[in-house]
Amino acid sequence: MTTSSRWRALTRHHLFWPVAVLVLLLLVNVPFTPDFFSIKMADGHLYGSLVSIVLFGSPLILVAVGMTLVIATGGIDLSVGAVVAITGALACSYISDQSDQSALSGVLLAMGLGLLAAVVCGLWNGFLVARMGIQPIIATLIIMVAGRGVAQLITDGQIITINSEPYKLIGGGYWLTLPFSIFVVAAVVAVTVVLTRRTALGLLVEAVGGNAEASRLVGIRSRRIKIMVYMFCALCAGIAGLMISSNTSAADGNNAGLWIELDAILAVVIGGTSLLGGRFSVGGTVVGALVIQTLTTTIYTIGVPTQTNLVFKAVVVIAVCLMQSPKFRAKVFGAKFGARFGAKGSATPTAAPADPAAATEAAPKMEVS
Amino acid sequence: MSATTQSPTASDSRTPSKAARLVGDRRLPVVVTALLFLVMYGVGLGRYQYYGFAEPQVFLNLFIDNGYLLVAAVGVTFVILSGGIDLSVGSMIGFTTMFTAWLVERQGLPIVVVVPMALAVGALGGFLMGYVIHNFEIQPFIVTLAGLFLFRGLCLVISKESISISDSTVSSMATAQASLGVGFLSIGAIVSLVVLAVAFYVLHYTRFGRRVYAIGGNEQSAMLMGLPQGGTKIAVYTVSGFCSALAGLLFTLYIQSGDPLHATGMELDAIAAVVIGGTLLTGGSGYVLGTLFGVLVLGLIKSIIQFEGTLSSWWTKIATGVLLCAFILVQRFMTTRKKA
Repeated sequence: MTTSSRWRALTRHHLFWPVAVLVLLLLVNVPFTPDFFSIKMADGHLYGSLVSIVLFGSPLILVAVGMTLVIATGGIDLSVGAVVAITGALACSYISDQSDQSALSGVLLAMGLGLLAAVVCGLWNGFLVARMGIQPIIATLIIMVAGRGVAQLITDGQIITINSEPYKLIGGGYWLTLPFSIFVVAAVVAVTVVLTRRTALGLLVEAVGGNAEASRLVGIRSRRIKIMVYMFCALCAGIAGLMISSNTSAADGNNAGLWIELDAILAVVIGGTSLLGGRFSVGGTVVGALVIQTLTTTIYTIGVPTQTNLVFKAVVVIAVCLMQSPKFRAKVFGAKFGARFGAKGSATPTAAPADPAAATEAAPKMEVS
Repeated sequence: MSATTQSPTASDSRTPSKAARLVGDRRLPVVVTALLFLVMYGVGLGRYQYYGFAEPQVFLNLFIDNGYLLVAAVGVTFVILSGGIDLSVGSMIGFTTMFTAWLVERQGLPIVVVVPMALAVGALGGFLMGYVIHNFEIQPFIVTLAGLFLFRGLCLVISKESISISDSTVSSMATAQASLGVGFLSIGAIVSLVVLAVAFYVLHYTRFGRRVYAIGGNEQSAMLMGLPQGGTKIAVYTVSGFCSALAGLLFTLYIQSGDPLHATGMELDAIAAVVIGGTLLTGGSGYVLGTLFGVLVLGLIKSIIQFEGTLSSWWTKIATGVLLCAFILVQRFMTTRKKA
């Protein structure tokens, strides 16, 4: 039965469920907007729903990619939203102080300044987590609380608006007929994949996430890896911050990147990376972020009343997570299906070691089939 | 790494020094938090003595202004002790304020009927989350995150605008004061203290409490011992949902309105209070009394900033962050034990 074994191999691939959900969500749009998949050329730019999903999803993809590595080391970073706000605030306030806001050197300097601040935030987080041994959720809570205050301090509590052509490019500009931010995201994802999958770095990150103490004894500098990962995550958030503030040509210390940390964590989990650390999938995260952005777009296109947005989102999130749960599939679709698509090699690898109950429960059922 | 997950190892050596025994004590984080609270209070006394900081009422106000947070944090303590996490707390509080205000104002139901309904809805929400977490083995973080979206969304479904409550029973309850001689407490403060006492009893003197600790300490061992882990887990989230709804009711009393944006982000305040109080996020170790001090510390940070007066809203955030940081670091240093 080669077809069934191929099908089995396919469904066991870690990207199967996230991609399936993404395709499903995209298809839902078709009855409501028949030309959903069409991409038009206008003014020398490509336009279409798919392009705008990627465009509007770019900051989330960036933040989520950084978050993936943090989560892979068994941590979590709640401060990314605040880092987004700080970076945007710093870059915009620097540009607004320039006499010529469109001067390229000034814009580059502003961006550098913003990203530097972001990396410093990441270094601080990493320092607290790796050196001080503080639990990540609490360590990053500090910048989450204080960071928005810092961002407001930089902008003086105002929303700073700027008018700078080169700065506009990152978040709202076009290059080679596509939104420029798509290229930025592609570059960051490519660099991340190359660094983690073509070098030993990914393996080290997974080792630290699997067991920090064991990896330290093996000779991995687990602390250094952790600090690096938090810095990388903050850098990604910083780029996202530049993108968001550039897209709106404004820095809003209070609302920029609000709740993006939760969406990013969600994207990582939908992408199949366990919150407990260990194995991770950057590709899965990108798909996860696209799922969330598509969901948002879908909610608008099918005309769900805006006030029920969040309820709708919650329902879909629960549905997606249930679909990913091997135990749910086993219970709902029966033991046979569950055994076929079940526990081993599924999208959520964590269930396996933690739960002997599942194993004992599943065993007799498997005999029946 | 963790200072409190294991029983005191100092007792292994033949003559454990007093200091070693103290450092190995599980109660140490709570004591440290209590001491830090006293130090902060002392600093406040020194700085604002002439602005009325020494009034007993300032201290009692900590309970009045943070009663709802205490109730929510007590619920979260159960969840965290069992090794889980609940992110839906803030949304549940916001939802309860909306739900209550809507029923009382728009539907004209008496508050006596609305209170049990709100509590039941909260407990049911917690139960459902616990059910999904246990039965389908999805990480609590994600399930309760979905709960966060769901309840915040339901707030907006009820109404996009805030509903102020003008019901006379509610306002008389809100302004009721219990005199203590040196000052007074509100109904909310008293309820929160009762909840704290009940939680203390349940966690330390009942079978259920022991199960919560056992599951948080090591879920597999607890299961091998034959403890009903599923039921306990679901119960823990139900307790948290119930506490959140109760906190929502207290918040409604405190603020006398329902608003879809009430208590945004309060789940993190609650989690911070629990952790500052010395409970480990990994579960199995901590005391609900620590949570009380955690809440008091957060409240004291707020009142000190109020007494400071001139600070703008962003300085408030920065100061809270800095104090939180200082606090966590001191906690960390004082409870770090030399690996025995």
